Amino acid sequence: MNNTNNIKKIIVDKPLKLDCGKIINNFPIAYETYGSLNDKKDNAILIFHALTGDQFVSGINPITKKDGWWSYAVGPNKAIDTNKYFIICANVIGGCMGSYGPSDIDPKSNKILGTNFPVITINDMVNAQYNLLDFFKIKKLFCVTGGSMGGMQVLQFVANFPDKAKIAIPIACTASHSAQNIAFNELGRQSIMADTNWSNGNYSNEKSNPDKGLSVARMAAHITYLSKNGLQEKFGRKLQERDDLKFSFDADFQIESYLRYQGSVFVDRFDANSYLYITRAMDYFDLIKQYGGNLSKAFTNTKTKFFIISFTSDWLYPTSENKDIVIALNAIGANVGFVEIESDKGHDSFLLNVPKFLETMKNYINASYIKD
Amino acid sequence: MKQEFKIIADLIEKNKRVLDVGCGDGTLIEFLKQNKEVDARGIEILKNNVQKSISKGLIVIEGDAEKELFQFPNKSFDYVILSQTLQAFVNPEIVINELLRIGKKAIVTIPNFGYWKVRLDLLIKGTMPVTKNLPDEWYNTPNIHMCTIKDFFNFCKHRNIKLDKSLAFHDKRTSAINSNNLNLKNLSAELGIFLIEK
Repeated sequence: MNNTNNIKKIIVDKPLKLDCGKIINNFPIAYETYGSLNDKKDNAILIFHALTGDQFVSGINPITKKDGWWSYAVGPNKAIDTNKYFIICANVIGGCMGSYGPSDIDPKSNKILGTNFPVITINDMVNAQYNLLDFFKIKKLFCVTGGSMGGMQVLQFVANFPDKAKIAIPIACTASHSAQNIAFNELGRQSIMADTNWSNGNYSNEKSNPDKGLSVARMAAHITYLSKNGLQEKFGRKLQERDDLKFSFDADFQIESYLRYQGSVFVDRFDANSYLYITRAMDYFDLIKQYGGNLSKAFTNTKTKFFIISFTSDWLYPTSENKDIVIALNAIGANVGFVEIESDKGHDSFLLNVPKFLETMKNYINASYIKD
Repeated sequence: MKQEFKIIADLIEKNKRVLDVGCGDGTLIEFLKQNKEVDARGIEILKNNVQKSISKGLIVIEGDAEKELFQFPNKSFDYVILSQTLQAFVNPEIVINELLRIGKKAIVTIPNFGYWKVRLDLLIKGTMPVTKNLPDEWYNTPNIHMCTIKDFFNFCKHRNIKLDKSLAFHDKRTSAINSNNLNLKNLSAELGIFLIEK
């Protein structure tokens, strides 16, 4: 898969007990940093990535040679200003950009771990990344933030470590994966498993990866990241380099061609087993159940200041689910701000150039850093 | 800085928990934080205003006060402020009850529809009054439940809501309202400011 030799890593020697019961030892966490840690060590921001993200938040991703996934938000003078703050982002465990994941080689069999990799949870991901605080000798982060699955990690982080972040900005996320969320993830997983190349997860040869299955999974998921209006406006019924319908199953429409392209470029950078494991972790995420049916209890002990952001056209993690987090925090008198940003770009809004979002986040972060 | 905000600030003790319902762009919250060192929050319905407040580092949530005050626990604030917004609610009585549930005390200010200029407007012109405090026409006004100082005063009496302070504001001056001068103040004041509790 990815040539991950030149990626920064820490090897975690502290044993980590996963939610599934298994204990892992001496596992790698791959990370990247931007900006510099000040002497007081009070300017660190930990960013959590979403399902298909990685540690390369900004600048050029050295593996894919494309822009980092959050380049609109992170960089010099941007919403998360690399001139002012020290930004850390790690690849989640289960991922395929250098952290412990299913594409790692099992030394016993000399084959990829595949489905021998343990099923992991959002909680496991957060506990694994917590080791970076020790590594950088940071007592308390200034901020934890992330969108989508990154937002779920933000919530879990504050629940697990109530005094380790001054502010938390979960974006376009939920405290509990809905039936619809699980359904879409299952569609993606079944698509991968239906590809004969998947071979129960034991593919390892470059030529026999389950690319078809993974690309269909990506195509289906991609639709859920956009809004109906956004799609209609961008593509409508426009035809792909042709004047008329071809009466065939070629990509007649631009939207078909676009999705096929999204699927095909995705398989070059992402591992199908990682897709299975990470979507599973998202589906298992239910912070409400974890705290006995009362989300407020996840945050009773925290002084962390929350700012929650949702988007009008996001139907995957809609405003109502983001608001449930706000309500749970208000119920215990916690410190919480909330805004729904107007955007027709769907769930993907947090990754794109949505000026009102970026401006609001920038001002909030900077104002929070100055105050006390 | 609106004179009204200074009067509100004078009603509030230092280092208390305050919720500003319909906080606009956060001007009052900022003023209270600076002058009274309060732990202040806001709820506001307009996105632009919420974004402005958040940008100042204030703790504000976007929401409709008419529907969303339920999320705050009983007596979770020392003061809940409702500045010139009561008249815009579909059901002001429910909102008042919510303010008194979540706040130990509430501060409510109302543009006085009993003010003599307002009365004269209707009497002479025969059209719905348009004034400095009430600048909208009847067809586009958000103010659907206008009341007078006397109306609000009587409402509190009838509902057993304790009026800790009742102030009439006119021409940059405030004065106390009581049962004896109620009719006079109802005629002469542009704004009524009430500190209430239940």
